[in-house]
Amino acid sequence: MDLGPQLMLASLDGAVGAAVLALTALGLSLVFGVMRVVNVAHGEFFMLGAMIAWFVASNIGGHPAIGFVGALIIAPLLVGAIAASADWLILKRLDYEPEATIVATIGLLYILQQGALVTFGPVAQAVEAPFNHRIEIPWFEGSNVGWGLFTTSYKLFVIAAAITILLAVWLLLSRTKMGLVMRATQLDRETAQAFGIPVEKVYALTFGFGAALAALSAVLIVPIQQADYLMGGDPLLLSFIVVIIGGLGSLRGTLIAALLIGMSDGIISVFFTPTLAKIIATLVVAMVLVFRPQGLFGAKAQ
Amino acid sequence: MRVDRALILHLAVIALLFAMQYVMSPYHQGNLARIMVLATYATGYNILFGYTGLLSLGHALFFAAGMYGAGMTMRYWDFPAIAAFPTGIIAATALAFLIGALALRTTGVAFMIVTLMFAQAGFLTLLYFNEYTRGDEGFVLPQADRAIGMIDLSADDTRFIAAWMIFSVGLLIALAIVRSKAGRVLIAIRENEERTRMLGFNPFPYKLGAVVVSGAFAGAAGAAYALLFGSVGASFASIQYSIEPLLFVLLGGAGVVLGPLVGSILIFYLIDYAREITTAYLIVVGVALVLLILFARKGVLGSIRRRTDGWLP
Repeated sequence: MDLGPQLMLASLDGAVGAAVLALTALGLSLVFGVMRVVNVAHGEFFMLGAMIAWFVASNIGGHPAIGFVGALIIAPLLVGAIAASADWLILKRLDYEPEATIVATIGLLYILQQGALVTFGPVAQAVEAPFNHRIEIPWFEGSNVGWGLFTTSYKLFVIAAAITILLAVWLLLSRTKMGLVMRATQLDRETAQAFGIPVEKVYALTFGFGAALAALSAVLIVPIQQADYLMGGDPLLLSFIVVIIGGLGSLRGTLIAALLIGMSDGIISVFFTPTLAKIIATLVVAMVLVFRPQGLFGAKAQ
Repeated sequence: MRVDRALILHLAVIALLFAMQYVMSPYHQGNLARIMVLATYATGYNILFGYTGLLSLGHALFFAAGMYGAGMTMRYWDFPAIAAFPTGIIAATALAFLIGALALRTTGVAFMIVTLMFAQAGFLTLLYFNEYTRGDEGFVLPQADRAIGMIDLSADDTRFIAAWMIFSVGLLIALAIVRSKAGRVLIAIRENEERTRMLGFNPFPYKLGAVVVSGAFAGAAGAAYALLFGSVGASFASIQYSIEPLLFVLLGGAGVVLGPLVGSILIFYLIDYAREITTAYLIVVGVALVLLILFARKGVLGSIRRRTDGWLP
């Protein structure tokens, strides 16, 4: 295939990746922004979402769409509940001391990952997409129109769904009482507490919400990718990269960076191997933290 | 003359470890050799984390640098073991100096993430140059090469003594460092960096020194691992090998010279035991980390030290 159409396909796949990455990274960014907690177990919540989606979809019979909708509801709720209780049982008791919480979430990473291995087994599992029509895309070369390219309706649905969810989260944060309470806690924990905001509950809710976002994006992607207990590493690394490049705690920066990195990840992989792309990305992140800790698009460091 | 209780205790532990080879079965002897190599790694990590208060999540990079520094020179340039071992240490030390100089511009959580990212980049680099590093599946150093002169390092008894020597030297160096004036400055930085600065010390060279020393320990352990056990691979640069010394130090007692040894022994046998029961044996690592950070921050020896009016260094 020529470079042009190949790039076009790559950017479409990139857009799917970017959409899912934006959701996952938003969860991480929210938790860091509100709670100042670096959640190393975030990728495992993603993995749990995917595994639960497979479990639900394979246990609800009938049309794949029924199982998918079931997973879309059950996985985020369950993962959110697990995360909220982990916050209540572990992180709260550490008083959210930054270094201690990182060590604790590393522990949580192993517990969730190995727990999934015991519960769901080591085999990679596939989930059938609720619908999967082939959509032909025209491409032009000089005056000829080619029809060799295609994508699937499900991929387009993932992009649309992610945008819808992002908008909903934005509305939730900016227009509802819950969002107001979260933002107040983020700005000043003590003052919020003095004004009667139950900060501990807000924290548990935020941690659960962040994890649920990761689980939700995993449910969306699992019909395209397979689910296995070790899949948490990549989304964790990519979310870290996005959150840091976008500026720690800045939601707008997170979205821009997710778009940039998700898209470029798809396009770069046409030219470089994925490993080389990851090496460059991790080094860039380290250098950004060393020389420009507020992120590339970042708001001021706090 | 005052009796140096601490020195006597450490020498006694070293003597006890040496004596273990005469009472242990070959299986446990092999385990203890491995434990002593890993404990050397953790002993260096303790100087950085336990004494200086800097939590690195990327020391697997230095362990792997030592391992590949020794392994690659033997594989491609036919270095004898006696030359490959210091090459590994030098590679790790140089890398630790470079990474330390960069990462120490940050503090706290950012330091943890920067070290994690550098180590991850190193791990991926080993996989990327798979043609030379055989990163994904690792390579085995031929038994004939793993010898110093006539001494075969892969035999059970000589391997044990080699591991014991490396650990003993490491332990005594660590003891000397933490009891020196520089060691006191490291502790002061851990307790209060601003106040240390106010007292007229520039913390940066001390912190860099701690990174470099811990990197050298990690490199020595990595090179020793390659020589004694023969395997070299990218998996030793993975995040799990960065977490391990942290776990050993936390369990044994951060800021106690003997802590990492105690932690290594306990975790090694805990994982070994769990491995027999379940394939998900790494859950031990997770549960131990969470329980330690929640209930026992001082670790085993840290808790004991509190009851012995603190003479244990």
